[in-house]
Amino acid sequence: MRYGLIAALSASVAFAGVSLAGAADLEVTHWWTSGGEAAAAKVLAEEFDKLGGDKWVDGAIAGSGSTARPIIVSRILGGNPMGATQLNHGRQAEELVQAGLMTDLTELAEKEGWANFIRPKSLLDSCTFEDKIYCAPVNIHSWEWMWTNPDAFKEAGVEPPKNWEEFVAAAPKLKEKGITPLATGDGWQVNGIFTVLTAALGGKDLYLKVNKDKDGEAARGPEMKKVIQALADARSMADPGYVGRSWNEATNMVMTGKAGGQIMGDWAQGEFSTAGKVAGKDYDCLPGLGDHALLDTGGDAFYFPKNSNPEVTKAQMKLASMLVSKQTQVAFNLAKGSLPVRGDIDMASANACMKKGIEILNNPENIIPSTDQLRAPDTQGQIEGLAAEFFSNPDMSVEDMQERFAEIVESAY
Amino acid sequence: MAGDRKPLGLFRNLNAKIAALPMIATVLVVFIGCTLWTVVYSFTSSRSLPMLNFVGIDQYTRLFKSSRWMVSVENIAIYGCLSLVFSIVVGFILAVFMDQKIRFENTFRTIFLYPFALSFIVTGLVWQWILNPLGIEKVVRDLGFESFNLPLLTDRSLVIYAIVIAGLWQGTGLVMALMLAGLRNIDEEIWKAARVDGIPTWKTYVFVIIPMMRPVFVTTLVLIATGIVKLYDLVVAMTNGGPGISSEVPAKYVYDFMFAWANLGQGLAASTVMLTTVLIILIPWAMLEFGGRKGRAG
Amino acid sequence: MAEATAIQTRSHAHTEPWGAKPKRMFAPSTIMVYGVLIVAALYYLLPLYVMVMTSLKGMPEIRLGNIFAPPVEVTFEPWVKAWSQACTGLYCEGIRTGFWNSVKITFPSVIASILIASVNGYALSNWKFRGSEVFFTILLFGAFIPYQVMLYPLVIITRELGIFGTLTGVVVIHTIFGMPILTLLFRNYFASLPPELFKAARVDGAGFWRIFFQIMLPMSLPIFVVAIILQVTGIWNDFLFGVIFAGTPNFPMTVQLNNIVNSVQGVKEYNVNMAATILTGAVPLLIYFLSGRYFVRGIAAGAVKG
Repeated sequence: MRYGLIAALSASVAFAGVSLAGAADLEVTHWWTSGGEAAAAKVLAEEFDKLGGDKWVDGAIAGSGSTARPIIVSRILGGNPMGATQLNHGRQAEELVQAGLMTDLTELAEKEGWANFIRPKSLLDSCTFEDKIYCAPVNIHSWEWMWTNPDAFKEAGVEPPKNWEEFVAAAPKLKEKGITPLATGDGWQVNGIFTVLTAALGGKDLYLKVNKDKDGEAARGPEMKKVIQALADARSMADPGYVGRSWNEATNMVMTGKAGGQIMGDWAQGEFSTAGKVAGKDYDCLPGLGDHALLDTGGDAFYFPKNSNPEVTKAQMKLASMLVSKQTQVAFNLAKGSLPVRGDIDMASANACMKKGIEILNNPENIIPSTDQLRAPDTQGQIEGLAAEFFSNPDMSVEDMQERFAEIVESAY
Repeated sequence: MAGDRKPLGLFRNLNAKIAALPMIATVLVVFIGCTLWTVVYSFTSSRSLPMLNFVGIDQYTRLFKSSRWMVSVENIAIYGCLSLVFSIVVGFILAVFMDQKIRFENTFRTIFLYPFALSFIVTGLVWQWILNPLGIEKVVRDLGFESFNLPLLTDRSLVIYAIVIAGLWQGTGLVMALMLAGLRNIDEEIWKAARVDGIPTWKTYVFVIIPMMRPVFVTTLVLIATGIVKLYDLVVAMTNGGPGISSEVPAKYVYDFMFAWANLGQGLAASTVMLTTVLIILIPWAMLEFGGRKGRAG
Repeated sequence: MAEATAIQTRSHAHTEPWGAKPKRMFAPSTIMVYGVLIVAALYYLLPLYVMVMTSLKGMPEIRLGNIFAPPVEVTFEPWVKAWSQACTGLYCEGIRTGFWNSVKITFPSVIASILIASVNGYALSNWKFRGSEVFFTILLFGAFIPYQVMLYPLVIITRELGIFGTLTGVVVIHTIFGMPILTLLFRNYFASLPPELFKAARVDGAGFWRIFFQIMLPMSLPIFVVAIILQVTGIWNDFLFGVIFAGTPNFPMTVQLNNIVNSVQGVKEYNVNMAATILTGAVPLLIYFLSGRYFVRGIAAGAVKG
């Protein structure tokens, strides 16, 4: 009886084994849960399943990266890793790599010649640790965008703004009409605004000094003060309902004309296109807020935690190779509204805003590293806390904020 | 009983020792071991991974310089004081009213106590919905009070009170139940005597009953106080610490630094401070409760 | 906390209110008593009422109407959506996966923790050994240590045991943290049983396990009921341990609820959120309404867990 059962089982396994040989379920964790993001994740899942054999098991974790990251990191540290995970490339995974918890992708990358087609080069650099490659970048996301609704401005009787200064000037008129000038959420979104203002108003020099060189003097200087003053302006332009609002709800406010604009990375574009909105007509985009057209090349990358099961490791390699392939890059990035990591593919179907982005990135001078690449998570957390505190407290002075910002910059490692 | 058996060696009373093994392991490994580990590593500069590179009290210095931590401490103090005072006062008053030979006592008890069966996540989400701008605020405005504002969730100085309201909603019923049990435990003779002497009811409560219920009050106090330090789920569900950092609490600080911001040392230092706080509450109480009764074994 | 249990056990004997002298039916003081109680009852019922009403409305009605108004048009769609369609990421299977995960976590945790604690409480009350009181005292202290203090080392320990991020892992964690209060509960209960029973059995030559199974267990049904209620509600409502130790595929219902409510696609669907919230609260509420008096005793003892 028992033997019979085993025999029956092994027969069925052998039968199914033709197609299933070496198949693995690959659990993939990510925090792509908004409409546009989920659509993009679906592209990846479908492409991967199409390869046959292995299966994408979706492990989406809702909330923002700051909710999902601890769950992901604690799982890897806890020795029960997923098959693959999204992280922002940069220093988030630094120590995990150091501790030898990530699968080395160097062999695959050399075979496929990643270094030849992945651009800008900095993407691969931030996946590299001691000359070995540990992650597969999938897209380029830049924070330095503002999304506006021209109709909202027309309704208030002002010209749609071309830059931050005009936007600030138009704000009172919007408020009169009951339109929130600046739609945003809390926490990391406020931190994003702060970072974008640093680059767009302060310029590349200042951005690198305070974020890369940890230059306390620059952080205390007049240029930085201007930036923080702008953050104070932003503070006065947000509505009290910003607390607890997710970024895509804020994007929705812009889309429906309840708000004038939003400072948010280019992933917001995915929301517009999912809703069928047309760039240049239904919404406008201002890279670098229309001031300094700088874009950072942060983005998402997939890491593959080390695994004891060789089938999983094989599946990991397959996924890694697929993620940077031409076909996936096009389909995925069109859905997500981000830019591809390959310089050799045709993005003719990209919309007006994405084309603006591609053009800016073509000049290496315009590229800045993202704060995820420059700051340790600890520093990132402190600055986020500070920016969020400043934003929520109209009584906190610009000087106070600047001094505390400088202290964090000086103590950063 | 076991007392008359002479403890002759490890194998005496072996079954009982085997039965107690999970407890012994939990006490040694988790409650003592893990706690010591945390205290030791709170003096290191560990980031994502624990490492024994000692940096003295650096983590603590930074902790008490961090405005987020100070806001967290302030919030937990406000939350703690208010929920202690209100839940005890309201819980006691409700218990007294419940003790007036009323009808439908069971119905009332059921109503007061059901929130306690709910998860903090559920409580947080419900109150978030009631207090959000589409909730009470809109109702009152629709009634014609156009300028009515109830920015409990959006005003940084009020948000902690919103959490207090939700916390009280969930917890007061329990205090009521404890107090009611305490009241029922009071000897009826006391009431008879008070009545004979013509002492007004309220005076009897304040000067006779409450002092007699001291153990119940102390127990309730300790229960609430130690629960307060653990406040976490409610904040996560209701405000996630916002606006800005205005509703942050220590337990969330620990979690964020351990897992999100990859600064283990900082998170461990914060949790050590939490531990110290609990000990400060607990030890005097334990000495008061157990110390006088018998000298050994706590 | 020892008192709390003791009081509950004792008070259970006489449920007659001792309170002040009886009042006439419509005396001002009677009206005041009922007035206060009714106002308080309304405050406690309000959120439940709002939850139910919101979950039965369509989105347009929520946007226009007020939260206290009953639905003009009753719809059960939010309930269906919350149970089987709400999305977290790619999977739009509603909160039911979380429900089954919670069931899978709760059952073994409840059984394991009660088994261990009942035997342990029995040993502590009838078979004391050298050091048993010391361990017990530390165990009780442990109930008050903030979880955050032990969180990270426990991650390491469960990792080393290879059970981090698994159902087993979260069950072990629940068993550990349920131990202080359950042990206290059982120890006090067994100690309150007449010692003659135990002595007689000893004279008859019965050993540790036989006395436990043949004499103690049959007499302790009530305390087991209290323990089960306590554990089911406590473990069902847990968030922190679920989020850290259960692993993404095993997230309990509370974690998934928080996920669903926070993953917004387009606009927030308050009706679906509220339906999901009620569904998450349904199990402990049901237990609460069904168990009545036992529940009061259980939580009075369990409040230690906070």
